[in-house]
Amino acid sequence: MERPEFQIVPRAGLPIVGVVLALLIAGIAVNELWPLEFLHVVAGAAWTVIDLFLGFVLGPIIGKMSIPARVEFTTRLMPKMVLIMPTVVTVTLAAGWQLSTHLGTNLTVYPLHGWVVASFIVVGVMAVIALGLLEPANIAVLTELKKPQPNPAVIERLMKRFIYTAGATGLMQIATFVIMTKLASG
Amino acid sequence: MSEPEATDAVRLPPVTALGMLSLGLVLVAGIYLSAHLPEHVPLGPAIGLLAASAAVFVVNLLMLSRVQGFHWQRMLQVGRWALLAYALIAAMIEYVFLRNHTSGGALVVLTLSLIVFAVNVPVLIGFTVARYD
Repeated sequence: MERPEFQIVPRAGLPIVGVVLALLIAGIAVNELWPLEFLHVVAGAAWTVIDLFLGFVLGPIIGKMSIPARVEFTTRLMPKMVLIMPTVVTVTLAAGWQLSTHLGTNLTVYPLHGWVVASFIVVGVMAVIALGLLEPANIAVLTELKKPQPNPAVIERLMKRFIYTAGATGLMQIATFVIMTKLASG
Repeated sequence: MSEPEATDAVRLPPVTALGMLSLGLVLVAGIYLSAHLPEHVPLGPAIGLLAASAAVFVVNLLMLSRVQGFHWQRMLQVGRWALLAYALIAAMIEYVFLRNHTSGGALVVLTLSLIVFAVNVPVLIGFTVARYD
């Protein structure tokens, strides 16, 4: 099986992750509306769009690819996902909590507090799916591809799991759109 | 409930299912606390959920520890890097709660919940990798 050289965790991306996390720490420390809104909206939009694109556009395409094409695509895409997804999720959640504290939307007296709690629940369901199934499948498929003799059946199985769970989190992201647009509209 | 599709010679306990259950319980505890903070939170439900999550986590590890021939070395190799990453993520979440002056019992339960979260994910990742070794 032909495989391009790759790192499971691309080291070149680690300084970028470091900078993003430093911006997050600074944004939370400063506690001003604009940086918090920027961090939450940009990271949240990235999270939502990547999940939807992966689940509904790339997922079905990957599923129809030949095994060699799928392997090449996987070795180029998935290492990046190992860094991107945990980073955007962490920034979205931490900046989002600080933003809601700043705006007072996490107070139980806030008229749309139920919608805020609904967003917590959606994130919780997505977290269980992503952390329990999607992320382990991502790492496992890359580890398998690093072996001298990767097992195509294992790759097939893990990729299927990755694609299905990406679709499930994509569906959950539609609920996020509904909740966030409702909160933004008041 | 076992996971027979794993390594041919080894029958594995339902580590992924139990890990997701543990993760789910601790996330419900976190959601419960977050839904009330920064106001006063009755801690009973959160403590119950946290205890249940920790118990499921321990049972999961105990069941896995009884499996003969499991690739522990591979699991630990992957799990320790995942632990580093998820400890960092948990620390960021902890930081935002500390920044907002969360204190007392709520902070203790939140911190313990984040610890259970941060150790669960590396087990799930390490197990998924090691089972195919």
